Amino acid sequence: MTITETHAPNPAAGDADRPIGYGRIQRKEDPRFVRGKGHYVDDIVLPGMLHGAILRSPVAHARLVSIDTTRALAHPGVVAVITGKDLLGLKLAWAPTLSADVQAVLVTDKVRFQGQEVAFVIAEDRYAARDALELIDVDYDVLTPVVDARHALDPGAPVIRDEIEGRTDNHIFDWEAGNAAETDAVFASADVIVKQEIVYPRSHPAPMETCGAVADFEPIEGALTLYETSQAPHAHRTLFAIVSGIPEHKIRIVSPDIGGGFGNKVGIYPGYILAVVGSIVTGRPVKWVEDRSENLMSTSFARDYIMQGEIAATKDGKILAVRTNVLADHGAFNATAQPTKYPAGFFHIFTGSYDLQAAHCKVTGVYTNKAPGGVAYACSFRVTEAVLLVERMVDMLAQKLEMDPAELRLKNLIKPEQFPYKNKTGWEYDSGNYERAMRLSMEIAGYDDLRREQKEKRARGELMGIGISFFTETVGAGPRKHMDIVGLGMADGAELRIHPTGKAVVRISVQSQGQGHETTFAQIVAEEIGIPPEDIDVVHGDTDQTPFGLGTYGSRSTPVSGAAVALVARKVREKAKFIAAAMLETRPEDLEWEKGRWFVKGDPSVGKTMAEIAMGAHGTVALPEGIDGNLDAEVTYDPPNLTFPFGAYICVVDVDPGTGHVKVRRFIAVDDCGTRINPMIIEGQVHGGLTDGVGMALMQFIGFDEAGNNLGGSFMDYLIPTSMEVPNWETGFTVTPSPHHPIGAKGVGESATVGSPPAILNAVVDALSPLGVTHMDIPCTPARVWAAMQGRATPPI
Amino acid sequence: MQISMTVNGDEITRESEPRVLLVHFIRDELRLTGTHWGCDTSNCGTCVVLMDGVPVKSCTVLAAMADGHAITTVEGLATGTTLDPVQQGFMEEHGLQCGFCTPGMMLTARALLDRNPHPDDTEIREAISGQICRCTGYATIVRSVKWAAEHPAVEENAEEEVTA
Repeated sequence: MTITETHAPNPAAGDADRPIGYGRIQRKEDPRFVRGKGHYVDDIVLPGMLHGAILRSPVAHARLVSIDTTRALAHPGVVAVITGKDLLGLKLAWAPTLSADVQAVLVTDKVRFQGQEVAFVIAEDRYAARDALELIDVDYDVLTPVVDARHALDPGAPVIRDEIEGRTDNHIFDWEAGNAAETDAVFASADVIVKQEIVYPRSHPAPMETCGAVADFEPIEGALTLYETSQAPHAHRTLFAIVSGIPEHKIRIVSPDIGGGFGNKVGIYPGYILAVVGSIVTGRPVKWVEDRSENLMSTSFARDYIMQGEIAATKDGKILAVRTNVLADHGAFNATAQPTKYPAGFFHIFTGSYDLQAAHCKVTGVYTNKAPGGVAYACSFRVTEAVLLVERMVDMLAQKLEMDPAELRLKNLIKPEQFPYKNKTGWEYDSGNYERAMRLSMEIAGYDDLRREQKEKRARGELMGIGISFFTETVGAGPRKHMDIVGLGMADGAELRIHPTGKAVVRISVQSQGQGHETTFAQIVAEEIGIPPEDIDVVHGDTDQTPFGLGTYGSRSTPVSGAAVALVARKVREKAKFIAAAMLETRPEDLEWEKGRWFVKGDPSVGKTMAEIAMGAHGTVALPEGIDGNLDAEVTYDPPNLTFPFGAYICVVDVDPGTGHVKVRRFIAVDDCGTRINPMIIEGQVHGGLTDGVGMALMQFIGFDEAGNNLGGSFMDYLIPTSMEVPNWETGFTVTPSPHHPIGAKGVGESATVGSPPAILNAVVDALSPLGVTHMDIPCTPARVWAAMQGRATPPI
Repeated sequence: MQISMTVNGDEITRESEPRVLLVHFIRDELRLTGTHWGCDTSNCGTCVVLMDGVPVKSCTVLAAMADGHAITTVEGLATGTTLDPVQQGFMEEHGLQCGFCTPGMMLTARALLDRNPHPDDTEIREAISGQICRCTGYATIVRSVKWAAEHPAVEENAEEEVTA
């Protein structure tokens, strides 16, 4: 089943196939990328530029006894070697994290995870810098690490953060949402309760481009230009100003083309800070680009939640309540990037898409001897974990009640008339028609036929599984009164200028890592004011060129910045009305808008196009009082609520009974992201997220041995789906606009990453259910599936 | 040591350390930055270039090993302002998002189409299976390559007629 969508063409465009505004158009950024002219951080070469490399700890937990840099400094081409001791003198040895903790830039006292930054070598070229790393002599006094979060709070466990005065354990926070007493009461009277521990293991976003920076400090002006792989250049500038003491107006952050982010490029890593320090110390630009192992071992991990899930229902399948206790492994420093009030992100949307009577969750965060991070992989601030929990529990309930999992979901989904829906943990879901999406997904899948096929195959001993996931996201953070990151409200700005000839430039505060902002945001402006997208330049990624805003993560670009862009365009359109009225010598209230022009009501032949109005604004037209001579505007958008995209996913797998290998045969994804701006880009976002889902459900996993050694530190061990592991995706969509968003758009960047892992896992468990399997943890690697088939516990890797 | 090779049709000669990787030689010496580097283990394929028409991972080839050979990078795909059908196909079918793996993917696709002008889905998936894309989920890359197969350049048509 193929679904196509069309948009009414703009009659003013003169080309019926080319939409002005929303619709499928080719991406404006593609011509440079297909010619190899993308401009990434590592492509930047500045005159006199030096190269930095980081020495990293080979052990997870150790006292630093001594560092001897003599031999490294003597190596040809080496200009400087910086250690933690040097940074102590500069008061830069520790930097604040995004979660009110601090993180060591270079080790001064103790190593706290394998791969932690120990020293920084600066040399004339990258080979010399790497050579010199081998010549630094470090003496470690190795300590027992805390590897398993389950033992982090044991009495007598080694205290990882013993540099914090008075700290005697590894506890970071306890956080709750919902009502425990109400939930307990519902559970006490429920017919059926299902309990399961569900582990969402440590993962890593692993964008194709690793993290890197080029720092250029100009001492006479005291000005810093920092080119870096950043999803949030403005927030980074403010934080760099606070940490370094360089005044904010003297800092320019440039985030050029970014080779994928997925959350990996939200945080500020020691490497960025070291490049800056290196440039200040040497007086020359310094480039630092990490290698793949550094990326996987030291930058933001994701997930690492151990969830005790419980679901309560009546015997005929009415879901009553869910509750969970979560142990959250935050690594050695609490560096998660999320709104301040929410230490577990938006995990408390674990009530999912169902109409419940009660819900309660408690999350406990702990330190371990692992890399810091936590919210870093297209997770919409922990909605991934929430959806895995609730969708797994619902499937287990279906299995226990011997009900079809689709039927159970249809029985319990929130009904269209219940929106806006207040759930039991404090969210107000903006809009939805869940049943319509679920039924469309089943129709595309041919659900009943699949179940028949499965029955036949089971009779022959074949292991075919069908898995469902219905997810509700909460994205577009967020209202300033509730949401900030290190004190910065989560709003975004937009500036729009229409040049005299009717061409436009829109400046935005969010930063594309491949999402196609240069196209989508041009289309939003085009839809609002009728200037074709090709005549609208989208400027982003440079703090000197763009208004302040918090950047791109948590699927917030379209919900927040997209709203800002729509509103700034409307402001320009309104101003254009007054100028057009002056040009036409009529009253503004006598004008009517059609895409691209204001005309006189009742006389469409008399009007002015945006280009004519722009020339008028900048020309000699006598302007009405209060209207200045330009066609520009700016806004900052503070979202009134989050947006709640949703979707219904169905996965079909075949499990090889001889090897435990899982093949994803089909995957059907029906998404509802509200108003659709460019269907081609939306489909691309969904496809990418589904592939991440296959990775997380079947392959990707950052494991550790008992000594705290990272076992997923390269692409040899951390397996990412290739073209051979994923099927031809089957997508569909419904459209339920967000009622509070200026254009009704909800965002889609992370929907599929959030929604797909449980569909695949549920399919695998469904395939194995004839063998008595009720649950297994992801990733469903052949070894783990094989163990589950034999009735054994899931092996660690 | 002195290294000579043909890059995108141009004869070049440079002094280089024997240990320099081809990817660094291309990026740092020749300043052709369309070829990217993505992993240390020859798994990701973002560094793929063509050596004598065959895709190689330039992070696993020493520049010295390319001495005397012909290298094609993404910068050599287009002819003047005329894009290779593969480049056009990637734009038509949304075969790229962040653009980082794209040069390597397109070069592999070009090599595939040169030896198999009408590949099916499986053949395309096999051809690109040594390369990782984190953005697209591969289906649109497959469609892009098929678009290129269905829209061969004019010269290719002529060649096909000759060989037929």
